[in-house]
Amino acid sequence: MPESALLKFNRPLHGFAVLTALLTFLLLGAGGLVTSHEAGMSVPDWPNSFGYNPFALPFKFWKGGVFFEHTHRLIASAVGLLTTILAVWLWLKDPRRWVQWLGVVAFLLVVAQGILGGMRVVLSEAELGAIHGVVGQSFFVLMSAIALFTGRFWAKWSAVKEMSGARRGLKLLVLAATLSIFCQLILGATMRAQHAGLAITDFPTAYGKVWPDTSPAAVAHYNADRMDVVAEEPITVFQIILQMVHRIIALAILVLVAASAWRAWCQLGLKNPLAKLAVFWLALMVCQIGLGAATIWTNKAADVATAHVLGGALSLVTGALWCIIAFRHSAVLPGIATAATISGAYGGTPAMAANK
Amino acid sequence: MKKISLILVITSLAGGFAARAADIVGTITLNGTPPPEVPYTPLMNDSTCGAMYKTTPTTHFYAVGPNHELADVVVSLKGITGKSTGASQPPVTLDQKGCLYEPQILAIQTGQKLVVKNSDSCIHNVHCVPTVSGNPESNQVQMPGGADLDFTFAKPEMFLKFKCDVHPWMFAWVSVFDSPYYGMSDKDGKFIIKNVPPGKYTVEADHRKLGTSTQEVEVKDSDVTVSFTFDVK
Repeated sequence: MPESALLKFNRPLHGFAVLTALLTFLLLGAGGLVTSHEAGMSVPDWPNSFGYNPFALPFKFWKGGVFFEHTHRLIASAVGLLTTILAVWLWLKDPRRWVQWLGVVAFLLVVAQGILGGMRVVLSEAELGAIHGVVGQSFFVLMSAIALFTGRFWAKWSAVKEMSGARRGLKLLVLAATLSIFCQLILGATMRAQHAGLAITDFPTAYGKVWPDTSPAAVAHYNADRMDVVAEEPITVFQIILQMVHRIIALAILVLVAASAWRAWCQLGLKNPLAKLAVFWLALMVCQIGLGAATIWTNKAADVATAHVLGGALSLVTGALWCIIAFRHSAVLPGIATAATISGAYGGTPAMAANK
Repeated sequence: MKKISLILVITSLAGGFAARAADIVGTITLNGTPPPEVPYTPLMNDSTCGAMYKTTPTTHFYAVGPNHELADVVVSLKGITGKSTGASQPPVTLDQKGCLYEPQILAIQTGQKLVVKNSDSCIHNVHCVPTVSGNPESNQVQMPGGADLDFTFAKPEMFLKFKCDVHPWMFAWVSVFDSPYYGMSDKDGKFIIKNVPPGKYTVEADHRKLGTSTQEVEVKDSDVTVSFTFDVK
């Protein structure tokens, strides 16, 4: 039986999936604040907090770094609960087997992510923090995808042909940009896991040059000049090069996304949802680069750095959803439902359904 | 009788060695003007910690006197291991006061007890982050008025970091030596390494921001003076 014949829009389920994705986005922000405030180890134990049941930690402890870390843990617990409910709900109510399994994957991923976060604290391994950050971003993509799959638009778009205009070259371009963003997020998470503050303190130059001097004498000079209250650790050549690579990849991503938006506009016309999404993506990318610059200009102010993390998450999700829609459409379009099945799913006449 | 004679011989030998040991003394100065110290703004933004101050405290990365004398420089004899007397030495105290570590630079021996106190009315976590294998990392919460926390380290390590993640501006740097031959420059830039046996040594001066400087000395039967001048980079 064609998949779309099974589809019946379930508003509460979709609403719940959207809520879970939104809460995951909030969780990413809370996690970003933990790292930005260098508060990841402020509560030394896990799963308890200072020996207390985490849901009963007295408010007198919610101060300084503890506030950020404990809030992050509580929001994570809420996301875990919502994801569990969503997985069960999908299993029981969504007719598509692959969506049911996606719910199971989401459940397993959120459990693994929780344990990973706990191990980062218990083992005090900064590298685990970087992996925790990347898995968090990936989980957000998954939750956003589930929200998309359960939505009315997913069924509607699978029934109309307006999405089929994207040529293979454009799709591969967007895919390349999305994968580049994912690599960039890994790099960003690695930089944040260094807990060393800004490795390069100026932008667009780097210590006044296009490529900074990384000789031992120059690095010693940079460190002697670093008068940061929080980022006390001396920086290394590796960290300087890491930030330079981050800058270069950011520029490459901007070019890729701009090319994607331009080609989508030319191929599909600006009224096409995929073209609109690509233009939105470009605008997001410009904002994201602005936030990256602001992170440096504000000496890594916690709220600005966290906004930069969230901008990265939104950029990744936008690219990923674009790819899912475009590739999925070309993959299943020939087998897509007849007007009658769509009518059955949404009610009304076939023409009305197609226009929804 | 034989036993008493033996004790007398050993005592006089030990006395002879002690008499031959000398001190290495000196002064550390800074050449140039260091970057201005920065205020602990995050501290003042914290409602609990900020309430402890009327004016914003500042860092003292470069503790420089009016005549360029430089404090908080750790001076040691390089390459001496296995001579620690730390186990028999009195403990060294590291206090948390006003949401800052006091002192922020200190030195101990391997096996010597470091006692961390919390004199504040707020919670701290004492997170020690060694980088040398054999010195274990630990992260413990210390409640206001809570019991002191004791630390000892088995391996020598320069500037072993202590931090508080509740208040991420709080750092202390503990240098651990495998011998008693080290000292720290005071506010007058003066340091002393006591009772150094005769011999040729490399004296190393380490500053958290300014790096390392070394000089060769020979200790005979009188005090040796060696001075260091760091340049602002």
